[in-house]
Amino acid sequence: MALRPDLDVVAAMVPRGSRVLDLGCGDGVLLDHLIRQKECAGAGVEISDEGFHACVARGVPVVVADIDQGLGDVDDDAYDVVILSQTLQATHRPALVLHEMMRVGHVGIVSFPNFGFWRLRWSLAARGRMPTSRSLPYRWYDTPNIHLCTIRDFETLLEHEDLMTIRRVLLDERGRPLEGARLRRPNLLAAGAVYLVGRSFP
Amino acid sequence: MLESGARLGPVEVAYETYGTLNDDRSNAVFICHALTGDAHAAGHHGDPDRRGWWDNLIGPGRPVDTDRFFVVCANLLGGCQGTTGPSSVDPSTGRPYGLTFPLFTVRDLVEVHRALLAHLGVDHLAAAIGGSLGGMQVLQWVIDHPGEIDAALVICSSSRLSAQNIAFSAVAREAIMRDPDFQAGDYYGSGRAPDTGLSIARMMAHITYLSEESMREKFGRRLQHGDAPHFDFSVDFQVESYLQHQGESFLKRFDANTYLYMTRVMDYFDAFADPAEVGACLEGTPTRFLVVSFDSDWRFDTEHSREIVRQLQGWRVPVTFRDIESPWGHDSFLLDIPEYHRTVEAFLARTADDRGI
Repeated sequence: MALRPDLDVVAAMVPRGSRVLDLGCGDGVLLDHLIRQKECAGAGVEISDEGFHACVARGVPVVVADIDQGLGDVDDDAYDVVILSQTLQATHRPALVLHEMMRVGHVGIVSFPNFGFWRLRWSLAARGRMPTSRSLPYRWYDTPNIHLCTIRDFETLLEHEDLMTIRRVLLDERGRPLEGARLRRPNLLAAGAVYLVGRSFP
Repeated sequence: MLESGARLGPVEVAYETYGTLNDDRSNAVFICHALTGDAHAAGHHGDPDRRGWWDNLIGPGRPVDTDRFFVVCANLLGGCQGTTGPSSVDPSTGRPYGLTFPLFTVRDLVEVHRALLAHLGVDHLAAAIGGSLGGMQVLQWVIDHPGEIDAALVICSSSRLSAQNIAFSAVAREAIMRDPDFQAGDYYGSGRAPDTGLSIARMMAHITYLSEESMREKFGRRLQHGDAPHFDFSVDFQVESYLQHQGESFLKRFDANTYLYMTRVMDYFDAFADPAEVGACLEGTPTRFLVVSFDSDWRFDTEHSREIVRQLQGWRVPVTFRDIESPWGHDSFLLDIPEYHRTVEAFLARTADDRGI
């Protein structure tokens, strides 16, 4: 079965055979792909019952934990790659989560919806209402997405955390890699982004 | 030959099986029992009130589905429910072993299980499952024989006891050994046995199997008889009566020497003591682990399970872990807690599907 397009972008950044930790792995579909197709040694962390049971049914190793509490059980550099796919915006402490993932992983992959996307800006500016979209379908009072940011905001956070962008893939509204002229105004024209992140510090 | 170098034999093993071994002998599941368990894990032998200790988990359509799996449970080496132990007769003297029975380890328990399986024509397990001391056997089994087990289920167990755990064991043993009827363990046939010590050990252990919350709910400060306290040293509170009953009923089925040996086995267990040896075995093992703890268990609290998970993940072993909400303390692993059973069922079903069972 084909992966969702944005997960495909994430999966393509993971080297074959690496040890992968997926934070907020949900139903485990990405990990399942990485374990079966790319021979990765994978583990997921998930907080929801539905996600946990979906992973067990799939045969994907998963640990139930709250990543907002940090990854105290995990040693430094225990993983080659740590993934935070469409999860950053749902954490209570995004900076801590980012810091922790870069402590336990050599590189990190972060994907998130861009709140600077023009449709969302337009919706707020023209209608005066909290925007909803394909990737942000919830209403303001029932959304799990409590820490939304723009591409610019995210890059500022990376700088602040002494992290650097190794690679960036911008996404359109369907989660496919963005092409053409739209690449020139990412914060306005990308609906989302996937970052391959490394440490600037030694 | 035991891990200590001591020789023991012949060893007799009491066991039960449920379900049918399939043609390619791929559907066997071994149940490792805990400190005071026995081979009678499921079903009954004619009296429906005397069901096996894990009957809510094992059976047709149950999480350990005997329509699908061939399930084996054996009384542990050193036990007192049919398998050779300190109360068995030493063929070299014609008298019960008592304390001349050699000390053994979790590794020895596993080797006896494997010898039984070889006798049954089984050399590979779809799963091994155990709670508490049972989980220790499962863990040791995978470390010693990686690749022999597809799914390892380690429930509210520990890779090594804490000082507090050992302290509880120590007091239990003291209660037994200081009983004047203990007679240096050679009490068989004397008409006296360290019943007082053994029942005190059981009463204390039982406190550690329950949580504060479950005790409060079950007994509170309620009195045995009426509303007015007797104001003396008789059994007055309901919790006292309960413990006394637990202590006394235990005497009918358990041997004091076995209690000494089994608690000692747990004290000395240290699964990950030698990282080089463990790493060589575990790195790349295909065994998938399910580790489960219960949030109110303080005998082997969640940290014990987390440590197992951390160690296994460090060796790239696939581990699924969950701390399950339950008010019932360490005893939770014996109870029908829906989220717990659902997890075990799904994990085993996945294993069976993968192996075409």
